[in-house]
Amino acid sequence: MALDLPFIFMLLMGLAMLAYVILDGFDLGVGILLPLAPRHEHDLMVASVGPFWDANETWLVLGVGILLVAFPLAYGVILSSLYLPVAVMLLGLIVRGVAFELRFKATGWHRELWNRLFFAGSLVAALAQGVMLGGVVTGFEKGLAFTLFGFLVGVGLAGAYALLGATWLIIKTEGDLELRAVRWSRFAVVFAAAGVAAISLATPFASERILHRWFEWPKILWLSPLPLLTLAALLGIRYTALRLQRGQSTRIWLPFVLTVWVFVFSFAGLAYSLYPYLVIDRMTIWQAAAAPESLHFVFIGTCIVLPLVVAYTLLSYRVFWGKVKDLTYGA
Amino acid sequence: MSADPLLLARAQFGLNIGFHILFPSITIALAWVLLYLSVLRLRRPHQPWIAAAYKMWVKIFALSFALGVVSGITMSFQFGTNWPGYMNKAGNIAGPLLGYEVLTAFFLEATFLGVMLFGRDRVPPWLHTVSAFAVAAGTTLSAFWILALNSWMQTPQGYIVIDGQLHAADWFAIIFNPSFPYRLAHMLLASALTACFLVAGLSAYQLLRDRDYEPAQRMLRLGVLTAALLIPVQIAVGDQHGLNTLEHQPAKIAAIEGIWHTEHNVPLLLFAWPNAQDQRNDYPISIPDLASLILTHKPDGELKGLNEFAGKHPPVPPVFFAFRVMVGIGLLMAAVSWIAAWFVLRGKVHPRWLLRVLALMTFSGWIAVLAGWLVTEIGRQPYLVYGILTTAEAASQVPGSMIAITLTGYCLVYALLLLSYLVVVTQLARSATGGQPSEPASGELQPTGTVY
Repeated sequence: MALDLPFIFMLLMGLAMLAYVILDGFDLGVGILLPLAPRHEHDLMVASVGPFWDANETWLVLGVGILLVAFPLAYGVILSSLYLPVAVMLLGLIVRGVAFELRFKATGWHRELWNRLFFAGSLVAALAQGVMLGGVVTGFEKGLAFTLFGFLVGVGLAGAYALLGATWLIIKTEGDLELRAVRWSRFAVVFAAAGVAAISLATPFASERILHRWFEWPKILWLSPLPLLTLAALLGIRYTALRLQRGQSTRIWLPFVLTVWVFVFSFAGLAYSLYPYLVIDRMTIWQAAAAPESLHFVFIGTCIVLPLVVAYTLLSYRVFWGKVKDLTYGA
Repeated sequence: MSADPLLLARAQFGLNIGFHILFPSITIALAWVLLYLSVLRLRRPHQPWIAAAYKMWVKIFALSFALGVVSGITMSFQFGTNWPGYMNKAGNIAGPLLGYEVLTAFFLEATFLGVMLFGRDRVPPWLHTVSAFAVAAGTTLSAFWILALNSWMQTPQGYIVIDGQLHAADWFAIIFNPSFPYRLAHMLLASALTACFLVAGLSAYQLLRDRDYEPAQRMLRLGVLTAALLIPVQIAVGDQHGLNTLEHQPAKIAAIEGIWHTEHNVPLLLFAWPNAQDQRNDYPISIPDLASLILTHKPDGELKGLNEFAGKHPPVPPVFFAFRVMVGIGLLMAAVSWIAAWFVLRGKVHPRWLLRVLALMTFSGWIAVLAGWLVTEIGRQPYLVYGILTTAEAASQVPGSMIAITLTGYCLVYALLLLSYLVVVTQLARSATGGQPSEPASGELQPTGTVY
C-alpha cells in the first residue's frame, strides 16, 4: 500500500477544522452579535442558525477526533498544553448550546438570562479558540507576552466570527435586521483584519524555520498571492457591504462568500507555515501518527461515510434555503 | 493546599461522564418513541392526541439531546486533557472506535435533528419521518460504538503489544469483545426503561392536573406497558452480564458481593457495611448460599474472594453500595410498572396514589443508570484498560490546582443546567395540559392544547 496515510489524515483534519471554523463560526458570530440587536429580533437571529448549529459543532468533534485517531501522540501533548483554554472553550460551548434550547422554553426573566448566556457563551468560546490558535502558532510557549498575544488572536477571531455571523444574517434575514447586519459586517471586518494581521505578523517569528519558509527567495513568490488575496477579500467585503447598504447591489450572498475566502486563505497560510509539524518544530505528522493498521481501518470507513455526511449536510442546507421567516419549532 | 491530581482528574472526568450519560440514556430510547409517534401520525393524520404528544416530547428530546451533545463534546477533549497516557498506550484502538462513532452517528443525528425540529413545513411528511428514523438510528449507532470501546476496556482482546504500545490485530475481536453484547443489551434496555419511566412519570404528572388530557393517557399506557414488558428481559440480561463479569473480571464480582475471602456456599448479602480495614462485612443481612447459586448455579459453588487479587481489586464500598442501589431501584421499577400495567390491562383508571408514585419515579431510571455505571467503572479500578494500563499511569501531568479550578467551573455549570433542565421539562409538561405557565410573559409557551 503506497498511500501516505498520515498525510491524508492531516488533509482531512485540516478540512474538518476549516469546515468547523466557517460553519460554527457563523453561528457563534450570530451569538456574539445578539446584544447589538433589539430584543424583538433575537428570535429571528437564533432561528437563522437553529437547524444548523448542532451539526456545525460536530465538525469540531471530527477535527479533534481525527487528531485523536490519526495522531494520538500529538493529541495528548496539544490538549495537555491547552488545558485551560480548552476547558474555558468547552464551558462556553456548553452554555450556549443549551441556551439554544432553553431560551425558547424558559419564560420571563429566565428567558432573558439565557439570551445573555447565549451571547456570553458564544463570545467566550470564540476568545478561547483564539487563545488556542495563538498557542498552536507559537508552539505553546508560556509567558506574559504569549498570553497577551493569545488574547489578541482571540479578539481577532471573535471579530472574524462576528463578520461571518453578520454576513450570514444578510443572506437569511430581511428588512431592518438585514440592514443592521450590513452595518455590523462593515464594522466586524476591521476586527477580522486585525486578527489576520496579528497572526500573520507573529507566525514567522515563532520559529526560524517558518521565517525562512516565508521570506526566502523564491519561496516568497509562492506565498505572496495569499496575503494579497486575503487583503482583496477583506476590502471586497467592505465595498460590497457599502453597496448593499446604499441599495446599489442585490448580491446578498457576496459578503458571506468573501468572508469564507478570507478564512480559506488564512487557513492556507497557516497550513503552509506549520506543515509538516503538528507541534511546531517538535512533532511532525509522521512522528505523531497512529499505527498503519489503525489508520487503514478508519480510512476505509471515512471513504464510505464522509461523502454521505457531506451529501446530507448539503440536503439540510437546501431544505432551509432562503430567508428565515419566523420560528417554527418542533411542531 | 495540595490535592491529589489523580483523584481530581478522576472526579472531573467522573462528573463529566456521569452528567453526560443522563441525557443519552433518555435520548437513545426516546428517539424511537418519537419515530413511533411520527409513523403513527403518517398513518392517522387526524388523531389530535398524536400531534400533541409529539409536539411536547420532541421538545423534551431536543433539550435532552442538546445537553448530551455539549457534555459529549467536553468528553472528546477530556480523554486527552485528563488521560493522555491512555491515548499513548491504547490510542491505536480507542481512536478508530471513537472515529467511527463521530462519522457514522454524530453527523447523522445532528443533521437530521435540525430537519426534524425545524423542517416540518419545509419537507414532505414522509421525509420528516425519515429524519426521525435517521436521528433514532444515529443515537443507537452512537451507543454501539462507545459501548464497544468501553467493553473493550473491560475485556480487552484482539491486540498485540509492540514497543509498549497496543496495536490492533483483529478488529472484529476488538469490537465484539466478550463483554460487549451483554453491556450493549443492558445499556439499551436501561435507556428504554429510563425513557419509559420519564414518559409515564411526566404523563402521570399531567393527569394529576387534568384527568382527561388524552395525550397523557395514551403516553402513560405506552410507558408502563413497555416498561412492564422490558423489565423481566433486563433482569435476565443483567444476570447474564453478571456471569460474564465473573468469568472475565472476578475481582469486580468479589467487590459487588462483598466477598473478602475465597469460599464455598457464599450467601447473598442484601445489606452490610463493608469493613475494608478488617476485611469483613459488618451488620450483614444475608440469604444463605444464594450468591453461589446465582453465580455458579450450585449452592456450594466456590467464589473467589478479594484476597486473591491483592492490590489489583477495586475499592469495595462504592461498588458494593452502587450495585445494591441499582438492583433496588430496578426492583422498585418492576413492581410499579407491573401494578400500573395491571390497571391498564384491566381497563381501569389509575388511582391518584399510583399517579403520584409514577410522577415521583419520573427520573428513577437516571439513578439506576448512574449506579450501574459506577459499579462497572469503579469495578474496573485500579485499571483503565483491564489488566493492561492503570488509571494512575494514564493520568496527565496537569497540576492539581488547575484541575480544581476547572472542576469547580464544571460543577457550577452542571448544577445550573440540571436545575434548568428539570424546571423546563416540568414546565413543558404543565403547559401542554393547558395549565398556566408559572410566568405569563412568554409567547412561546402558549397552551399547546389549542393547536389542533
